[in-house]
Amino acid sequence: MALDQIVDGLSEVSCDVLVIGGGTAGPMAALKAKLKNPKANVVLLEKANVKRSGAISMGMDGLNNAVIPGYATPEQYTKEITIANDGIVDQKAVYKYAQNCYKIVEELDSFGIRFLKNENGDYAVKKVHHIGSYVLPMPNGETVKKALYRQLRRARILISNRYMATRLLKSSDGRIAGAISVNTRTAEMLVIKAKAVILCMGAAGRLGLPTSGYMFGTYENAANSGDGYAMAYHAGAALANLECYQINPLIKDYNGPACAYVAGPFGAFTANNEGSRFIECDYWSGQMMLEFYNELLSGKGPVFLQLKHLHPNTIEEIETTLHKVERPTRGLFQQGRGVDYRKESIEMHISEIGFCSGHSASGVFVDDNARTTVPGLYAAGDMASVPHNYMLGAFTNGAVAGIDAMEFADSHDFADFDAADVAKERDRVMAPTKREDGIPPNQVEYKTRRLVNDYLQPPKVTRKYELGMRRLAETRQDMQEHMIARNAHELLRALEVQSIMDCADMAVHASLYREESRWGLYHWRTDFPEKDNENWFCHTLLSKQDGKMTSEKRAVEPYVVPIADDEKDLYDKQRIRATA
Amino acid sequence: MPLASYQTSVPVVVDDAKCIADKGCTVCVDVCPLDVLRISDMTNKAYMAYDECWYCMPCEADCPTGAVTVNIPYLLR
Repeated sequence: MALDQIVDGLSEVSCDVLVIGGGTAGPMAALKAKLKNPKANVVLLEKANVKRSGAISMGMDGLNNAVIPGYATPEQYTKEITIANDGIVDQKAVYKYAQNCYKIVEELDSFGIRFLKNENGDYAVKKVHHIGSYVLPMPNGETVKKALYRQLRRARILISNRYMATRLLKSSDGRIAGAISVNTRTAEMLVIKAKAVILCMGAAGRLGLPTSGYMFGTYENAANSGDGYAMAYHAGAALANLECYQINPLIKDYNGPACAYVAGPFGAFTANNEGSRFIECDYWSGQMMLEFYNELLSGKGPVFLQLKHLHPNTIEEIETTLHKVERPTRGLFQQGRGVDYRKESIEMHISEIGFCSGHSASGVFVDDNARTTVPGLYAAGDMASVPHNYMLGAFTNGAVAGIDAMEFADSHDFADFDAADVAKERDRVMAPTKREDGIPPNQVEYKTRRLVNDYLQPPKVTRKYELGMRRLAETRQDMQEHMIARNAHELLRALEVQSIMDCADMAVHASLYREESRWGLYHWRTDFPEKDNENWFCHTLLSKQDGKMTSEKRAVEPYVVPIADDEKDLYDKQRIRATA
Repeated sequence: MPLASYQTSVPVVVDDAKCIADKGCTVCVDVCPLDVLRISDMTNKAYMAYDECWYCMPCEADCPTGAVTVNIPYLLR
């Protein structure tokens, strides 16, 4: 039978721990869960194919946040991340990451992933952050996925590719019971009963529309449509600080990283059209992004990554990295434009908005054991709320989630769920395939994301947000009543649009709730332009309560690592000032 | 409302002479994160069926015969 033809089917399987998402955090979570209890069944469910899925599909150039003994301490890292996030950080999880990540680096090394060492055999850590040194290049970074895959096969993890999870199942007492998924090539549905579930479903990277107008030319892997955020929301889990958007500096039009973390340690820098530096530090923070945004609009834009002043050998080294890993088509793009790094600077821009704790501070709320607010439900990686995760955070917190989830599964039996929940979800999933006539998913998606750009992009204006909310509600109605899917592939896209719409609604709700400005450009509200520590030095938690989207405040946990008053605003001073 | 098809120039190009999908190979179809490649019923060769590309490269990098070329999508070229 031909691929994509719709098959109306439903089957059920069960496992001890279900990991959803096979990118970065997911494989590590599955591996650690299985190693914790080799007799248990661990299923790794993936919308694409674990071999090449997620943000590191083509590898990664290095670790951006490695806390390596001799270069940095967990205390120093925790302090830096706290300051970079305007203080709104539960330090326990960050501190735990900082303590654990070196072990994970050594473990990755044992998988065959190499890290740059100096002539003494020590890790060659580079400085990019404002205060400390945490960047560690990976000379064979293109092999990451292959190395992970070998480990998964060796541990006999059950991998199910091309299944998109759509909703979580819970028992009447609120415990996790499993997940519902749909095959992306046949539309057959699969219910997976599980004692514990770990969500590792990546960023919400298809929220805004890239300026090129190409819907899949996103900064994040375009498969990351925010399904994890939507699923957690509908399961009643809390989501933290979603108003702290992710916005990245990037190669204009190409929409991928430029990448200052690679080139910066060699002497490259971000410059305006006069060739002058305007930011103190290339490490991504909301404050840095605000200066970037201001420069773009100031008449001193465009903004460039400048490396033509470097030695040709240095440029070649940077070029090789940029054109080999993470986004290897960067080379093809620059070639097409006739840009030679030796002669010309790289034109940069800022990305569309998204959610991603990899670089900012939002996500499904988790504690230092990667537990969400739903018993038995875990989250790790770009979609979980531990700030500035990057790849090493996904691995480290994925490991934490895997171990804790297996402990949970070992001490609990399967929870019962209501069969009516499955029937209801089946109706929702299949609805677009039952219509004869209507609007295809690509048009609903384009319109939703265009509205996100028009109304939700910072600076956030209350009146614009109110209008955006109305336009999105109208589009949601079209989506629910008129969207059609004529084959299984279109159904995949139709389901993704529903995640995107949920994320857009959450972005509006969370942004309107926090009545202050914080995190630089990420949450710049023109109606509340000042930071208000008296009323808003807190997390915001968004959740579904009695079917309604609700936001509440949550106190920041007492710090593990104290921050002195004169250190608190170090990241606020990003703009280079003229000195007399 | 009736639907019309919309013309696009797709970024992924497959060299039919090198492609061995007719001998059972499905590597590029298997690895694509966006699931946009298919094997043609008519030619039994791989082709880009959906213009939803992240220009990420696994299809080109993993093709055993070097038949697949990823181009930058026209809109952002």
